Amino acid sequence: MTVVDTGSRYDRLIQPDRVHGSLYTDPSVYADELERIWYRTWVYIGHESEVPEPNDYVVKPMGPQSVIMTRDKQGQVHLLLNRCSHRANLVCEDERGNSSALRCHYHGWTFANDGRLLGYPFMQGYGGPEAKKELGLGRVARMESYRGFVFGSFAAEGPTLREHLGAATEAFDRLCRLSPEGEVQLTAGWLKHKVRANWKMLLENETDGYHPQFVHSSIFEVGQSGIGDLYSDKSLAVSRDLGDGHTENDLRPEFRRIGKPLGWFGTTEDRLPDYVRRMREVHGPGAEEILIDGSPHVMVFPNLFIAEIQLFVLQPLAVDETVQHVTAVQFAGAPDLNRRMLQQTIGSVGPAGFLLADDSEMYERNQRGVQARTPEWLQIKRGMHRERLDENGHTIGYATDEVPLRGIWRHYRQLMTEERPA
Amino acid sequence: MTASTDVAIDLRTAEQFLYREARLADDHDYDGWEALWTDDAVYWIPAGGMSAVDPTTQVSIAFDNRSRIHTRVAQLKSGKRHSQSPPSSVRRLVTNVEVMGTDDAGDTCVGANFLAVEARERGTTVWAGRAEYRLRLVDGEIRLAWKKVTLVDRDRALPTLSFLI
Repeated sequence: MTVVDTGSRYDRLIQPDRVHGSLYTDPSVYADELERIWYRTWVYIGHESEVPEPNDYVVKPMGPQSVIMTRDKQGQVHLLLNRCSHRANLVCEDERGNSSALRCHYHGWTFANDGRLLGYPFMQGYGGPEAKKELGLGRVARMESYRGFVFGSFAAEGPTLREHLGAATEAFDRLCRLSPEGEVQLTAGWLKHKVRANWKMLLENETDGYHPQFVHSSIFEVGQSGIGDLYSDKSLAVSRDLGDGHTENDLRPEFRRIGKPLGWFGTTEDRLPDYVRRMREVHGPGAEEILIDGSPHVMVFPNLFIAEIQLFVLQPLAVDETVQHVTAVQFAGAPDLNRRMLQQTIGSVGPAGFLLADDSEMYERNQRGVQARTPEWLQIKRGMHRERLDENGHTIGYATDEVPLRGIWRHYRQLMTEERPA
Repeated sequence: MTASTDVAIDLRTAEQFLYREARLADDHDYDGWEALWTDDAVYWIPAGGMSAVDPTTQVSIAFDNRSRIHTRVAQLKSGKRHSQSPPSSVRRLVTNVEVMGTDDAGDTCVGANFLAVEARERGTTVWAGRAEYRLRLVDGEIRLAWKKVTLVDRDRALPTLSFLI
């Protein structure tokens, strides 16, 4: 591989108040991103609740690749690559299942679900059983999990997952504490929605508080939803740069102003009496703050969007093609809330969703628009003059300000330019 | 469902209804399309995996009760449903129509295959699958009580699907 001076290139293309259009269209930028982001930093893979039983497995996206997340018979989770160590055929065709072994159907090689090669036909052809030890399945170099959320990194060395998550760690805690049992369960299956757009269009939009009033005005009006008001100029909600590329629309100031349990979910406690009772049993007086504050709206760089009642996983497939995988959040011990979250998710997201069909239309129009040669730049400076620091030292702005965009690009530029081990 | 020749709605009449429903959807005649549904209607587009079996625990592409059908139509009519503004150009074929029997509620169960071609700025998309209907006579008119659209590629990543399929 030739060594290119990528540093000065990305310093030129990413400026504090604007970014260059070629970042969304240039295949060589996408190739750099694969090496410097998707095959290097921590990437969200899946949740432990998706492989609840010994020998369960599920195939999950990791950037443009897919990996097999398995649970072996001792209960340990593994991230294996779907590539036979012999001739690179697939070892797993089903999206999920339960099996102690994975078999390549090309020449009959069989692997344990912890990646070890168990055997192949006509053993002497490779000089006997000793050869087996070096021919296990490839694995994601590092795997760590937090609150059941499993991440992988192809880099053998680097920051720990906790270091990577940084200030976004708290978002996982805030999500999980909405379960009376403190656990998220991803059991509702996935919608897979494909767009002809660069993955960063999606990454940026997830915490863009400026667009909802315009892109989603149709459903806010028809559904008499108060969501639009959360993203108005008068909203107390704040946009936040959590650092490390993680960003947030913090809606809590508005929910606290309204001060009603489950107001964040657009409902009232009398509609979910069992859930509210259980939360008060578990948390006592502390339940009120949890029930008022609600669920986070946090984009965990580069691919996990905690979208209050949904989780999105972004999967880039090409410079102009991205799949958004989305599921409904389900909480252990909250069947009545889970039913409503599932039905709201079905209504809102996916290819026919009241919200996401229109977001996705915007992604695709953006991708066509950015082909135009002038102006070459995209603006990210809204609210730059009124940024301030919160009590934790994070940069915040108005609900509609582009603080999150600037946070994303600052981190992106660092990843794309920093010196790294050869 | 019982397989029976003694159904409330015969094949020829059912076919004519299916073609009309398809034409109203293709023409973006939103009010006409919405008027076909009964008050207890369900409009269901399962996603992949177990979604086609249990829409109460698994995500679907759409799982609309009557109220949500109305919301969907009202959003389309708002002029600000960007993914259908401008609307897709759509034409569909409805074929292999069979009357399958009568369900417990007395509705006539009809099955068909469909092929829809959607053209818009994004490109041309072919949608195909199985459509199942439950039809009911209400005051002498056929109404649609239930429709399930099972796409052949429901397990795959799908582009935006915001026209009425």
